[in-house]
Amino acid sequence: MKEILSFLLVFCGFNSVISQETHQDTISPKQLKEIIVIGKKTQVFEKQTKSLSTVDEYLQKSSRVGMIKRGAYAWEPIINSMPTERTLVTIDGMRIFGACTDKMDPVTSYVEVSNLSEATICSGQEGACFGTTIGGSIDLKRMKNTFRDTTWNFNLNTGFETNNAQKIAGLAIDYADSLFYVATDFMFRDADNYRAGNNKEVQFSQFRKLNLSQTIGYKTSELSFLEASVIYDKATNVGYPALPMDVSLAQALITSLKYEYKPVDNLIKNWETKIYFNTITHKMDDTKRPNVAIHMDMPGWSKTYGYYSKVEAQKGNHHFLVNLNSFLNNSLAEMTMYPNNPNENPMFMLTWPDVDTFYNGIFLEDNYAFNCHSSLRVSASFGVHSNKIKSQFGLESLQIFYPEMKDTRTRFLKNVSTNYTITHGKFQYGVGAGYGERAPSVSEAYGFYLFNSFDGFDQIGNPNLKNEKVFEGNAFVSFKNKKWTLKAETSYFHIMDYIISRPNSSFIPMTIGANGVKVYTALDYATIYNVSLSNDYRINDKINWNMKFIITKGIDSDKMNLPFMSPFSYSTNVSYFDKKITADLTLLGNGIQNDFSPFYGEDKTPDFAVLNANFGYKFKWNRSKLLTKIGVENILDTNYSTYLDWNNLPQKGRNFFVNINYML
Amino acid sequence: MKNQLKKIALVLITLAFASCSNDDNQTNTNELDGLTKFKEVVEGNQTIEFYSPKGALSQGYNDIKFRIKNNETNQYITDAQVEWMPKMHMTMMTHSCPKSEVVKAATGNLYEGYIVFQMAQNETEYWDLTLDYSIDGEEHSLIIPIDVPATAKRVVSSFMGSDNVRYVIAYIDPTSPKVGMNDLKVGIWKMQDMMTFPMINDYTVKIDPRMPSMGNHSSPNNVNAQQTAVDNFYIGKLSLTMTGYWKINLQLQNDLGTIVKGEEITDSVTESSLFFEIEF
Repeated sequence: MKEILSFLLVFCGFNSVISQETHQDTISPKQLKEIIVIGKKTQVFEKQTKSLSTVDEYLQKSSRVGMIKRGAYAWEPIINSMPTERTLVTIDGMRIFGACTDKMDPVTSYVEVSNLSEATICSGQEGACFGTTIGGSIDLKRMKNTFRDTTWNFNLNTGFETNNAQKIAGLAIDYADSLFYVATDFMFRDADNYRAGNNKEVQFSQFRKLNLSQTIGYKTSELSFLEASVIYDKATNVGYPALPMDVSLAQALITSLKYEYKPVDNLIKNWETKIYFNTITHKMDDTKRPNVAIHMDMPGWSKTYGYYSKVEAQKGNHHFLVNLNSFLNNSLAEMTMYPNNPNENPMFMLTWPDVDTFYNGIFLEDNYAFNCHSSLRVSASFGVHSNKIKSQFGLESLQIFYPEMKDTRTRFLKNVSTNYTITHGKFQYGVGAGYGERAPSVSEAYGFYLFNSFDGFDQIGNPNLKNEKVFEGNAFVSFKNKKWTLKAETSYFHIMDYIISRPNSSFIPMTIGANGVKVYTALDYATIYNVSLSNDYRINDKINWNMKFIITKGIDSDKMNLPFMSPFSYSTNVSYFDKKITADLTLLGNGIQNDFSPFYGEDKTPDFAVLNANFGYKFKWNRSKLLTKIGVENILDTNYSTYLDWNNLPQKGRNFFVNINYML
Repeated sequence: MKNQLKKIALVLITLAFASCSNDDNQTNTNELDGLTKFKEVVEGNQTIEFYSPKGALSQGYNDIKFRIKNNETNQYITDAQVEWMPKMHMTMMTHSCPKSEVVKAATGNLYEGYIVFQMAQNETEYWDLTLDYSIDGEEHSLIIPIDVPATAKRVVSSFMGSDNVRYVIAYIDPTSPKVGMNDLKVGIWKMQDMMTFPMINDYTVKIDPRMPSMGNHSSPNNVNAQQTAVDNFYIGKLSLTMTGYWKINLQLQNDLGTIVKGEEITDSVTESSLFFEIEF
């Protein structure tokens, strides 16, 4: 830690909040990021159709983001149809790694909507600011607090959903003055089993989640402040109906200390430095399941220490960003199986062999506006990534497969990307290209008999995997006038040394009933491309019509389809918004999934369509506001599952909800 | 004559083996490191102290060390000529078991060798050890009663092969198995007569470790045990993917490639009639 700190002191840099520069003479380049607004403190919040949605439900609104569902809770976000290993999910720039070997705890499951103001979604290499990625990134941004005249804010949230009897309760208390602020929030959810269409109860789909967070800011000078932040999240009794096991505990403590410096009239616009620590404990549980062949405990732990120092600077029409970042993660997971004969010793193995991952990287970006029509963004990063297996037990376990393997491995990871955008009348065009690399994940490199219930194979890691590399191209064209906004986008990813597990028939599976053993290996390449279209039509000041389409195709070098590729999927909605009333009618669905991947455990998913409606009303007295949202999801009670639903898990049937926010 | 030559060769090889292990011991200041006394016998002027790693004997393969003390001088006698003969006294007959020659360690005071007790004692049947030694031409012979209790797990097997040869197969190493790749050491002898158990050469011990409590799954990359030299133990690789109870299913294949005992594990055959067991 000392080393990191001293390194920080040596390093010196900058930062500029581009959106704040619009009033100046200089020209700001276009931002290509997609931002999903979550938080309560924005005006937009009042427009939200379901303000107390889960973070997962919010993220799902992005056409780039899909959610792999193994239950009602802790969905795994995929970006451009690429799962966790190929994406980068950060909380305010902080790296966090789930502690579950079966991906039952994505980073997004450890936060609550009450913690967040927005989610920034970047496609492909544009998302490499806080680390390496192939498919893109999501940065979950915490609430921003400000120093102002002494104010207290109280916020009371409560909600209920009929389908799974989900009860939601939350409280937020904020205090701010000119030198100090403290924001505290609490949120609790408790849900029973949900019911799929036709009133079919989905066993083991319950969950309970408690989230507490606090942020304290202190103004150290006119230009700088310190902010300490902590999130504590604890989920218990979480069912995973699509998996053979549930979770008895998923617990995270996420802490950070930030120093932010904003000089005036200077090259440096903003300099933000943060040190952070987070620790996650995850415990799987099979005690509630009937007919368990053998009872087992599968706990996992993940700890991450890290820092970043991000500087934004501006000189002329150049907008620079430099981010120096580093993290040290330790991942450990165990499996203990208890034989039916109580006199026999338990069977113990390390499924993640106490692996340290140490990353040091630098990211550089220049966003240059040539003139008011066109701008060019160029970025590059370089990182050193090293793994070390700390457990001799774990190392020797893996040496069964790889007798020559060493306990350490170091990799160099590089990335470059560029985008050019030009505006021509009502049209805007953009093209981009990028190259990026990533290291294998802990499971891919060091996993030991990780059972994947999707394809039914035990998975063995491979420490000899090469870095996965991607060449990416993207383009968009958009048209905007007073009424219409139309946008067509496409992205193409050519991924080399594509990491995937393949069956090895010479190994016998460990898990009872498994189909076989797969070992992680690299295919020559895989390609993924998607096309999306969106339109927005303002019928009048209050009524808006929106429509989105996306289709994704993924093929590996053996001409086989890749899993989790979006078939033709669409959503359209009509919304109404005035000072007091919001209303929204949404239709969303998928076409038939024809290009499914039996080799990776997929089957053909039929088409579906779901209709949602909601209505909101705002009451206002003096200083206080009461927002009520009522709605019904899946009005027709359709029984369906999507291409992203693990083992064809049926999705929620008809659900009435009410969300109430009271602000004082 | 041929037999004598063989015996000499055997002694020489055993000596070479012993001196090898002695090189390791030289770094140890105490020759009793890792050993526990399990028996002490007084014979005239001498006391004989027996040691083993576990501090006891048991069914299966046993490394045994002992030293002979002159009770008058309290000095250890290092130049005795020693032979031993373990004997099982059954109700109807008496027989011996596989064993090594007794060899004096190159340094220190210990004499060493191994004995493979293929069966355990019971209420009516027992083992003893006849020890014949000479010191400066003075002959001593004594019969030492020894305790050979049964082991909880199968570590030795005495069986009739399909070739009508009676074999003894014993598990030697790893004594402390670990999760990972273990060096497996196995000994095979045949019962030539009640008292003679020569080592078998050029066979192969096929191994298939399984966990019967967990769907009878196997482990990858095991290597069948084979000899590296004539009259040596059989060496293989045993991979254990987790702790717990493992049944090491065996097939004994002779020098002609015929399986003389044991069955291959298939979906219908879940265990071999020839096996070892370990639990850790």
